[in-house]
Order: sequence, then structure tokens, then C-alpha cells
Amino acid sequence: MSEPTYTESEMMIAVAARMLEGARTVFVGVGLPNIACNLARYTVAPDMELIYESGVYGARPERLPLSIGDPTLVSGAISVVSMADLFGLYLQRGLVEIALLGGAQIDRYGNLNSTVIGAYAKPKTRLPGSGGACEIATNAQRTFMIMRLKRRAFVEKLDFLTSPGHLTGGDSRARLGLPGGGPELVITDKAILNFANPEREMQLTALYPGVTREDVQAEVGWPLRLADTIQETAAPTNKELRLIREEVDPHAMYR
Amino acid sequence: MNKAAKDNKLCSMREAIAAYVVDDCSVCIEGFTGFISFAAGHEIIRQRRRGLTLIRMTPDLIYDQMIAAGTAKKLIFSYTGNPGVGSLYCIRRAVEKALPCPLELEEYSHYGLVGRYAAGASRSPFFALRSYVGSDMLAANPLIKLIDDPYGTGKIAVVPPLNPDVAILHAQRADRQGNTQLWGLLGMQKEVAFASKHVIVAVEELVDESVIRADPNRTLIPGLIVDAVVHSPYGAHPSYVQGYYDRDNESYLAWDKLSQEHAAVIAWLDEWVYGLENHAAYLRKLGQEHFDKLKPEPLLAPSVDYGRYR
Repeated sequence: MSEPTYTESEMMIAVAARMLEGARTVFVGVGLPNIACNLARYTVAPDMELIYESGVYGARPERLPLSIGDPTLVSGAISVVSMADLFGLYLQRGLVEIALLGGAQIDRYGNLNSTVIGAYAKPKTRLPGSGGACEIATNAQRTFMIMRLKRRAFVEKLDFLTSPGHLTGGDSRARLGLPGGGPELVITDKAILNFANPEREMQLTALYPGVTREDVQAEVGWPLRLADTIQETAAPTNKELRLIREEVDPHAMYR
Repeated sequence: MNKAAKDNKLCSMREAIAAYVVDDCSVCIEGFTGFISFAAGHEIIRQRRRGLTLIRMTPDLIYDQMIAAGTAKKLIFSYTGNPGVGSLYCIRRAVEKALPCPLELEEYSHYGLVGRYAAGASRSPFFALRSYVGSDMLAANPLIKLIDDPYGTGKIAVVPPLNPDVAILHAQRADRQGNTQLWGLLGMQKEVAFASKHVIVAVEELVDESVIRADPNRTLIPGLIVDAVVHSPYGAHPSYVQGYYDRDNESYLAWDKLSQEHAAVIAWLDEWVYGLENHAAYLRKLGQEHFDKLKPEPLLAPSVDYGRYR
């Protein structure tokens, strides 16, 4: 069998889907995370139900949603509720197992900025803002970040802390009483990072085929910690690639 | 008009905006991605209102247009983006370059702004939520406060009630008293309606009161709190109305390109808002074929038996 060829996005989708193994509820945005969830439903998480902040529990979209408020999320869903109920009864109640988040900037403790680049009062770039991210990061049982590895995104100091990760590290999150477990994984286009150490500091745990530690460090704005053992992540299988290309993203919108 | 009276509240969008949206008031055109009354936003631009405080969780294209037209001095929001597409450039120009005028921002997370609506709706003193602890949003907005939970679980965030002067809410159908039924993404429409001092509902279909009474679980907003009812078919275009028409995504993509230059936005407003008498003229200019393409296939819910008890 010949070695499959694949794009960076396909690798990210395949890796993110594998990490969702066995998940029952996932809080999801549009684009790549949505495709990863759909792939996981075909492969490692057949019982997964998708939760959208727009008020949908158990969406079964017949097309790739154009936004998190797409009407295709409503038709065929298990339940459609007000946003007050979605945030209160589903998220704050603790029913979200895994939340997928991203942002313009992330720091070593998994705190996210999606608000401004530059000073808040006089921003260089005004970003969209929190949306639901702040409370999702606060309340989800587990948080996975899906972000491309770029030096301008992986920064020593955030311009603005929108969504709390492990805050200043260690048990600082638990001491402030945040209910959710906080960031667990950062899935990038080059490597997988996690926070599995007492300081809850981001560390390199797996490299994608052909990527070196130096490649990863070059895109991170602080001296990146290394896990005790660094795995090599398997390339997308033929089955994963077929499902991505034929079933979950047939129009190549996110590849 | 006494809104609590069982009057016929039907009027044109022009009349509704003229009666309830005045300079310097706060206006809330809500609807999460769908049910956004573009017809109302365009009429506010056409009537050249100034100094408005615009309230909306996700400002979307309509507030981008209203801000470019100079109607607003302040924006209360929780996410500002062109949904699924990218930036809202007019809002960014107002914030970053004060063009066409400065825009004050008051910013929340989604649950924070939902909480403000909910507290406003029930006239509660505040809404408590598990968010904001550890976030810089607390420093950016002094109205979000941390208090000690009186029952001893530690710090909890609270937000104050929000009571917009006017809410404009689009839905599938209502009767002439404003009893309004909506299905699909419920968003925050109910909370906003109950929170606001005046409520204008805009609907795809006007129906008899008997249609409302036949399915009372679907009634989101009672006519009791509605001031005006506007028959506004396709009034949410280019956003969508569940079961009636899809989002006109080409318009959202086109706005992403067009809105990058202020001059192009002004030319667009001249052609599509100021240059048209009302929303009916906008629909004629687009043509019925345009809307036929946005009509989804039917997917009917089976009816339910409420039972007759007598």
C-alpha cells in the first residue's frame, strides 16, 4: 500500500478526532473542529452528541454548517433550547465533557486571547471578543485547543486574557474555584502539546511525521517544556482520509 | 397605544420605527444568526437616527451597516464578527479610526449578556454566573462584578439587568395583537422581549389568533408586551428564518469584500437603503427568483395532540 499524502489540515482533523475517543458530549464551533467531531462520530466516538452555543443539543447537520447558528443544526437535532438554557442547564450544569476552543493568542498555561491585539483601550487589531469562550473555558470538564502553531499566536504574554486556562499555573485555577478541569491538549498542525505536569505548563508530547523539536520551538514564543517521552503521531490512515474527503468535508471547505 | 389592550397593532415598519426609535435611545435588534430584522435596521438608517446605543450579542452585518451609516454612539455586544466569514470592518473602522464617528464599546461574554437580558426580563437586581473569574474582561467592563457568594461557595460574577428602550424581533408568525410564535434557534428573543420597554415584532406571516391558540407551546412572546406588529416577509434577509428561507451566504461573503472600504459601504447604502422607499422595494430589486433559491425543502414536524378537556 502506498504512503497516503495529506494536507496539514487533514492531519489536524484526524488527530483531533482521535483525541475525542469515547466522548459523549462535545461543545463545538464551526470549521475544522466541526469536521473533527463528525469524523470522530464515524470512527472513535459513535455516541457523541454535538452541543452548539446557539442552543442546540444533539445536532445532526446534513451539510457543513456555515456558522454556529446555521439552520441545518436545528433540523434533526435532539433538542433546541434558548441560549440562557444552553449556557445554564447544559454548560454550567457540567454536561459538557469536552470543549474545543481556539484563539488569536495562547500562553504557556493555556489562557486564551480572542479580544484585542494591542492595548484594550486603543487596540491595534480589534478581534471578535469572547462569545461563549470565557464561560466555556470556565465550565467544560475538559478543554482542547485547536490552533495552528505560529509564533504570533503562541506568546510569552497575552495582550488580553479572554478565557481562563490554568491561569498562573499549578493549582491557581482550582484555588479560584473554576468548576471545569481546564486545558488538557493543544492540537496544532505540527505537534500535540499537553499540560500533564504539576505546574500545568504547556509541554511538547508528540510530533507529527517529519517535524522536529526545533521546528516546534521556532513557532513558540517561550522556551517550550518537553514531556518525559515524545511520541511520533501516526499519519492519517487511508480510512480517515477517505472519510474526511468523501463524508465529512466532501466540498473541501476546510482542507 | 396601550400595549396591554387587545388592539390591532399592525403597522408599517416606517410607522413602527418613527413611533418607537428616537435619537439617543437604546435599540436591540436580536436573533442569533437568524431572525435578524434587517428591514428594521435599514429603516432606522433611512430615518437617519443618531446617537443610538445598539445592543446585540453578535452585531452581524446589520449593525456593521448601521454603524457605518452613523446611527450609533455605543455598542453593547458579546461577539463581533461576520458569522462564519470573518471581521466586521465598519465596526473595526469605528473603533480603530473613529470613522464615521467614535464608537464606545461595552463588552460581555455570551452568557454575561444573556444574563443581563434575563435579569432585565424578570426585573431581577442581577444575574449570577460562573464566568469571568481570572479573565481580563472584568477590568475591561466595570459593570461585571465579582461578589462573595452569600452561601459560601466563594467568588461569583454578577451582571446587572439590561432593559433596552426598544426591541425589534423577527419571527415566523404572529397575530395582530402581537402574540408571536417562533421555532428554530430561540436565541435570546424571549428574554429580550420581556426585558425591553417597547417591543416591535416583525413576522413572515400574519395569522389569526386561533392559529396561535392551536399550538400554545410555540408562543414565545405574548401580545401583552408587544407595541407594534409589522408584516415583514423576507424581512430577515440576508439572514434566515427557519423553514422559510436559508441564509443568503453570498451576501455575507460579498459584504466581507465590499465593507473593507468605507466609500464602498456608503455607495452600497445609497443604492440598497437610502435609494429604496422601503423593504418591499428592496425585495423587488432583488427579485422573487432570488428568494426562490433560498427556500429549503420542507421538513414537517408531526402535529401533537393537546387534548380537549371540557
